[in-house]
Amino acid sequence: MPDFQVSIVIENKPGISDPEGDTILNDLVLKGKNKNISKIRSGTILKFSITENDENAAKDEVLKICDELRIYNPLVSKVTATVEKI
Amino acid sequence: MKVGVIVFPGSNCDRDMHHVLTDVFDLNAEFFWHEKNLPENIDAVVLPGGFSYGDRLRAGVIAAHSPIISDVKKLAEKGIPVLGVCNGFQILVESGLLPGVLLKNESLNFMCEWTNLIVKNNKTPFTNKLELNQKIPIPIANGEGRYFVDEQTLEQLEKNNQIVFSYENKVNGSVSQIAGVCNSDGNVVGMMPHPERAAEKEINQIDHKPSSLIFESLVETVGMKK
Repeated sequence: MPDFQVSIVIENKPGISDPEGDTILNDLVLKGKNKNISKIRSGTILKFSITENDENAAKDEVLKICDELRIYNPLVSKVTATVEKI
Repeated sequence: MKVGVIVFPGSNCDRDMHHVLTDVFDLNAEFFWHEKNLPENIDAVVLPGGFSYGDRLRAGVIAAHSPIISDVKKLAEKGIPVLGVCNGFQILVESGLLPGVLLKNESLNFMCEWTNLIVKNNKTPFTNKLELNQKIPIPIANGEGRYFVDEQTLEQLEKNNQIVFSYENKVNGSVSQIAGVCNSDGNVVGMMPHPERAAEKEINQIDHKPSSLIFESLVETVGMKK
């Protein structure tokens, strides 16, 4: 079976404040320039190396693990997964 | 009669908690390493503060998967009093024993200061000797103490009288200034401030009596000492 890397991005749901992203935006990026930037959201990336049949199976398995082990807290966070063959 | 103090890798308030339970309130307390099982004859459980697993991933989430937590859940279901303080509170929400979640403080700072709590529920095993709306001077020491629940859950918490403590003033951006909650049965209580650092005259310049009533409530609940 082929190997894949599944990247999981964990970030706060829309509506849940993100003081880290706000600080990066207001105190760094917008300091006198970059006025075209309106929002920054911070997050965590976890990269899983996994052996599976195909890309979809790899992605589904990693998302299942994230749900079962509460790798993200579903009350306040959302996850997005991208997968690539390695 | 025995109080179990659970110790995780990174707990750092376990000895303070044990000292207060035994030396100050004359309870029989014993440490239990997180990989061990809890005996069935435990009368109360305390999850102390600290930085279990270095707060990696999210404060409390890795400890919430420790083997001993399944025993804590069984005891909680039987109505045994369970108290989580600071990181202990974070572990209780991450393990699903308490509702909500604790996010990074609004300021993003680690906050270490004295604050005032207001008692909102004096029917729990840890607050039954306190008066409703009684003020408790007590220290906080956390980076992830901002309590959050959605509006619907907040309504449920208010309806079921599950808000146990609130901050007198805005401290860290917690929803409704919540500092402590309980489960629907009232026997599992979590709080961010540290009663074990405030229940002795020598270390509380303001008034140690209100915090000591948290432990006296437990003594009242479990009914007997050593």
